[in-house]
Amino acid sequence: MAKQHRVVWDGNMAASQAMRQAQIDVVAAYPITPSTPIVQNYSQFVADGEVEGEFVMVESEHSAMSACVGAAAGGGRVATATSSQGYALMVEVIYQASGMRLPIVMNVVNRALAAPLNIHGDHSDMYLGRDAGWINLVANNPQEAYDLCLCAFKIAEDMRVRLPVAVNQDGFLVSHTAEVGEHLEDADAYGFVGDYTAHNPMLDPAKPVTYGAQTEGEWHYEHKMRQNYALVNAVPVVEEVLKAYSQLSGRDYAPVECYQTEDADELIICMGSVVGTTTMTVDRLRKAGRKVGMVAIRLWRPFPKEALAAAIKNAKSIAVLDRSCPMGTTGALYNETAAVMVENDKSANLINYIYGLGGRDTTTEHLEGIFDDAAECTKAGKRVKPIIQTINLRGKSLSFYE
Amino acid sequence: MGEIKQIKNLKEFSTSVERFQGGHRLCPGCSHSIIVREIVNATEDDLCISTATGCLEVCSTIYPFTSWDVSWIHIGFENAAAAISGTEAMHKALARKKKGYSDKPMKFIAFAGDGGTYDIGFQSLSGAVERGHDFMYVCLDNEGYMNTGGQRSSSTPVGGATTTSPAGRVSYGEKMQKKDMTAIMAAHRCQYVAQVAPSSWKDLVKKAQKAYQTPGATYINAMSPCPTEWKFDPSMSMEVSKVMVDSCVCPLYEIEYDPQTHNYKYTVNYEPKNKLPVKEYMALQGRFKHLFKPEFSHVIDQWQRDIDAQWDYIRRRQDAGV
Repeated sequence: MAKQHRVVWDGNMAASQAMRQAQIDVVAAYPITPSTPIVQNYSQFVADGEVEGEFVMVESEHSAMSACVGAAAGGGRVATATSSQGYALMVEVIYQASGMRLPIVMNVVNRALAAPLNIHGDHSDMYLGRDAGWINLVANNPQEAYDLCLCAFKIAEDMRVRLPVAVNQDGFLVSHTAEVGEHLEDADAYGFVGDYTAHNPMLDPAKPVTYGAQTEGEWHYEHKMRQNYALVNAVPVVEEVLKAYSQLSGRDYAPVECYQTEDADELIICMGSVVGTTTMTVDRLRKAGRKVGMVAIRLWRPFPKEALAAAIKNAKSIAVLDRSCPMGTTGALYNETAAVMVENDKSANLINYIYGLGGRDTTTEHLEGIFDDAAECTKAGKRVKPIIQTINLRGKSLSFYE
Repeated sequence: MGEIKQIKNLKEFSTSVERFQGGHRLCPGCSHSIIVREIVNATEDDLCISTATGCLEVCSTIYPFTSWDVSWIHIGFENAAAAISGTEAMHKALARKKKGYSDKPMKFIAFAGDGGTYDIGFQSLSGAVERGHDFMYVCLDNEGYMNTGGQRSSSTPVGGATTTSPAGRVSYGEKMQKKDMTAIMAAHRCQYVAQVAPSSWKDLVKKAQKAYQTPGATYINAMSPCPTEWKFDPSMSMEVSKVMVDSCVCPLYEIEYDPQTHNYKYTVNYEPKNKLPVKEYMALQGRFKHLFKPEFSHVIDQWQRDIDAQWDYIRRRQDAGV
């Protein structure tokens, strides 16, 4: 295991340090709360001569991602950071980045989407980009924001993948929460990420290339399905990189992370900073003799169907937490879980909790309540609540789909 | 700094190595391809090019074909400048790290239509120019959204009939003044800004070379007669271009900004011996046909006054040296 240094950092600083150590060639970015500190930290690295690459402070997120695409096609390592409305403004171009198979890394500090305007965390930006063809990793605390950002470069630039990677972290709860963490020495971190491997660089005049051609009926379908093939088949590469990183750092990661699931009757499936709170809740209930567990989704896209199927196989009741308003249907993580259950002939009582919108607090008490709901279903041998429940919603209580 | 290509005559120029190949699907008589060839063939340095969505992009890179013998990228309609700014930044970063792919000079160009420049790409262009990336931005200005069937843009001239500013029983077509994009780009303190027309090929090539040699962002407004939507016979493109220049509808001029003195130097590169009335230019094109009805004759009269005033203004700036 490599030598490490203890630090106090928040999620933004953790991601910034990983960016510095990866020796990025071009960062093109635009500030937006709550990811602004990443852009500011990186500016300071530039001002202090700690990074050698170009830092392009553009006039919008749309141009940030456009410059990232132009730079990555040029032939070098590229990264950026954004949140919420900025992410929404980028959406057109994030599809271009994946369609051109460019290994850009983006730290997405998750925040609600307006209206109403809200600067606090939820996953509506992450969900907005879920079909954009990016690999999406989820960091649940500052340490993970650092570790996964380093892994992201290695995954994105792997010749078997060549796809952009987003590393998500919850706005404020991760991005602005100071915690003790550990980082690798610069040489070890860079050694892990490795030198950039060029593939069809625009800047090589010996071999001119055309990026972003037009394909109509004859070729579009073939291109998109091959792109999907690369994305779906990135799962084992993600696992390989996470394993290699674990050997270096001693910190284990997997596409789906299980906590006390083996004999659990009731499970919570969730992503983001709520994972830490759920872990504490599981510990508390386990002490009281309750058979409860948690499944944390680390890899949101490509969705790790097989690993999730294995994780839930013994559960009797499953509560799925979505931190985004599903607007007219059930939550996206719920839908993924339901699909995996159908595909595996798995039956369990399934409830969907919409929580934490716009930074609304979710505490161990709330999560205990969810486990109580699930236990009630287990006892009754059927779902006893409407499918969609809310947590800590003020005013009139709301649920959906009897 | 790269080599300046010596160009003696049109034959030599037209037979030089092609970097923008034929076989593309631009309309017969389209001025875009002529302008693009004149610009990319004006240097022997290596090139990286971005192109906004539009006629040039759609017609030059239909997979699995490409007309480009230089590296080229298209992302979207509004971001040709941002895209090439990223590629140029990567070039600088790799050169600094001594990891470049080539030691030879590399030039960067963004091509966009007037829609991608005057309208939807305006912010991206303004940002990239303000940041001082070393690239040439070329607006292929055919005064409307011709790739989507001829809608008006903020470059469409007064009285022009387009599919979204049609002439009708009570309307003479476009009501708004054409935006003065060249002046706007000069106000960004680009060190070199110029207007060109494809028929004046020597002037165009000379200006492209000047732009290649100028550090930072430069802007070329290339007026591009469009047979399909300006409604003239494809064989007439260069004739329309010539009359456009000789009537001073498209004055050939350049503005050089001196960052030391903050002075703007205007140069009129061509003064027609016999300045033609704008009526002759308008009469060549179907998009102005309705203006020749007696009830709309005031539009043509106003055009003449506007063009005269604009021509006078540019020459006064030249004479004043500021």
